[in-house]
Amino acid sequence: MKRFWKSGDPFIWLTGGALALSLVMVAGLVLLVVMSGLGVFWPSPVVRFTLTDGTVLMGQVTEREAIPQPGAAPGTPRLYRVQLKVGNRDVYGADFVWVDEAKIAKRETPLDAILIQRREWGNFYGHIKVVKEGGRIVAEGHDAGWSAVQDRLPDVLQLARRIKQIEKDDVGAINYAQERLRLRLRGLEMHGVSSGNEVEGLKQEMAGLQAKFKTAETELATLRQRLNSSLVVATADGKEKDLPLAQIVRAFHPNALSLPQKFAIYLSALWEFLSDDPRESNTEGGVFPAIFGTVMMVMIMSILVTPLGVLAAFYLREYAKQGPLVSAVRIAVNNLAGVPSIVFGVFGVGFFIYVIGGGIDRLFFPEALPTPTFGTGGILWASLTLALLTVPVVIVATEEGLAAIPPVIREGSLALGATKLETTWRVVLPAVMPSVLTGLILAMARAAGEVAPLMITGVVKLAPALPVDGFFPFIHLERKFMHLGFHIYDVGFQSPNVEAARPMVFTTALLLLLIVLALNLTAILVRNRLRKKYAGGAF
Amino acid sequence: MLDLLTSPLTKPEVRRENPPRPNGVRERGVVPAVDPMIVVKSVNLKYGEKQALFNINLDIPKQKVTAFIGPSGCGKTTLLRCFNRLNDLVDHLTLTGTIRIHGADIYGPEVDVSELRKRVGMVFQKSNPFPKSIYDNVAYGPRIYGIRNSRLDEIVEKSLRAAALWDEVTDRLHESGLGLSGGQQQRLCIARALAVEPEVLLMDEPCSALDPIATGKIEDLIDALKEKYTIVIVTHNMQQAARVSDHTGFFLLGEMVEFDETTKIFTNPCDKRTEDYITGRFG
Repeated sequence: MKRFWKSGDPFIWLTGGALALSLVMVAGLVLLVVMSGLGVFWPSPVVRFTLTDGTVLMGQVTEREAIPQPGAAPGTPRLYRVQLKVGNRDVYGADFVWVDEAKIAKRETPLDAILIQRREWGNFYGHIKVVKEGGRIVAEGHDAGWSAVQDRLPDVLQLARRIKQIEKDDVGAINYAQERLRLRLRGLEMHGVSSGNEVEGLKQEMAGLQAKFKTAETELATLRQRLNSSLVVATADGKEKDLPLAQIVRAFHPNALSLPQKFAIYLSALWEFLSDDPRESNTEGGVFPAIFGTVMMVMIMSILVTPLGVLAAFYLREYAKQGPLVSAVRIAVNNLAGVPSIVFGVFGVGFFIYVIGGGIDRLFFPEALPTPTFGTGGILWASLTLALLTVPVVIVATEEGLAAIPPVIREGSLALGATKLETTWRVVLPAVMPSVLTGLILAMARAAGEVAPLMITGVVKLAPALPVDGFFPFIHLERKFMHLGFHIYDVGFQSPNVEAARPMVFTTALLLLLIVLALNLTAILVRNRLRKKYAGGAF
Repeated sequence: MLDLLTSPLTKPEVRRENPPRPNGVRERGVVPAVDPMIVVKSVNLKYGEKQALFNINLDIPKQKVTAFIGPSGCGKTTLLRCFNRLNDLVDHLTLTGTIRIHGADIYGPEVDVSELRKRVGMVFQKSNPFPKSIYDNVAYGPRIYGIRNSRLDEIVEKSLRAAALWDEVTDRLHESGLGLSGGQQQRLCIARALAVEPEVLLMDEPCSALDPIATGKIEDLIDALKEKYTIVIVTHNMQQAARVSDHTGFFLLGEMVEFDETTKIFTNPCDKRTEDYITGRFG
């Protein structure tokens, strides 16, 4: 026994076991997220249940679980119930029902069951009754109706897209220009100018914009009039419902699909998720604004944190006289990394938003007040807050990198007559770059996953516009933005329809993981290139 | 002792410019060279409270190789690093006495340290090429002094040739200097030092990390370089001192025990401690 302990094997097992346990936990987490996240868009079959009491239910099975039977004698056969997504929220009021398996009399998968994904009210499960165009019936019955829908749907979708484009781009541009004009007029007014050539010119411009807006409005109205097709659909238990064709996102027969067709639908739904705006209080549609916001915020944070952290580390390691004071500063910096992130968020609100943002507003945007421009949460303040949160990581990594550069390298440069600044700039900085990037990688990983400080410094549930657009100055750092981390929280736990949104939580989580991974991989690739450039094994 | 001098590499030339005087007549440490390059006068150096050099007096002749030998911690490297003021980087260091190069006090108030270090090049114990390409390593110094483009190419080639490295690296000038072998790296460092056209070349145990073949190459190089440069070399290797140097100083516990022509030191030292050291009785 003593020999066994002395051999050192138990310690190897202990360390190896700890590593294995960590790996299993991480793998389990990733596996859960991947499994739950990837299946969301798969078109699963639609089933129709006829219950013993004659009720007919149709929908997709989402879950099956044992019914808890407290106090039952051991050996009693277990009973199960299934959760059915019946959709048709506008008809039934709720998307999901639980059905005891014991009560199901008949279970079938009708080939003609149609699944219609709608812009509002979620999925519809049922059959087509009638297709109408401008109030006139053009097709009756499910099959005729389906082909009529297929004929018209592409045109309708294109028209709907065109309307959206006009609303967003043309009308958006007019609104933007109007707002700027209004602010300029207000600014003139504040300087006591309420008449004169300039004011008249602006007013004329304003009138011109008003006229443009009118034309856009009429164009929109004519386009909308062309969206006059609709269909009457019936649920499995015979309730009818009028549904405009323009409300349809996607319609298909899940039970009649071949595997490639299922794949096509899966991919198109996935693409919609990645590239579209969210719908229905974020529970449907895409998360593109959140992806954009997350990536952009991390980028701005990196741009802010790198110079700050590197310069601070250079002072601490290269110039400051090493002593108790510097040690104290170093400890403080390390401790800063352990401060809860919400504290940084509070600081961001109190200092960046109210003091700096408020100051900027008073100085540069007085005409917009009391509406704040920079004096409210925005992507710049969120990025700055995160930069502050992650700067200790960059400082520590850079300092370690500086300490690892052999003194003889610096001496080599100094011995050639280079000054300290030249040595730092030409030899030390390039050699420490891989360490800086290591710090940046850690900082980005932390920043991309942070939610708490963002919630109070500029992240919103639904941002009306991206922080980058086609209007001068193109990058709007004062704008509020969406973020995947907050999106997960909002969709999963704040949405009115949590059950329907739950699959999106996993998909969004998976996406966030992938984005963090992609950002980190980019930085790691850059670092490895730098390492290769400066490596050689001499030290 | 003679077997030291007949070692297979280069034989030191025995110079008889100054006829030897009877022992004890001339001041210790001062070889009456015609034109001393570096004049060290009563230098004392302390690291904090600990004294590292005791009253060093020394004339280092121009365009000769001068070797400092002695056991570890005897102060030879410390003295070497005074010549280009690299010791300035050390905190709590006090130095008294004067060191003159070309007659100018290098610790004087008006001295530009960068200019001094340009004139007094240094090669370190461990080869320390910058993590840059071979070309950029050699061009580093000239670039600092504002030399650009074609003139730079010329300097790089000249320096690499002077360091006997050109032929080995001519087709990979833009690859990392850290990819070279140990001996090549050390010659690269010599080329880098030569690129700023110094007058003095300080070498701090330049061969201590090299194998005998690489060492031989560096020693040949030192022999060739003394045509143009004044070389001061610190070495642990007494054969090396015997092979490459014209004058040798023996240091012990911060004192310079003896300074004389190399042949004299190795064949007929005046101090008992020198004799003990070079015959291997201690150290």
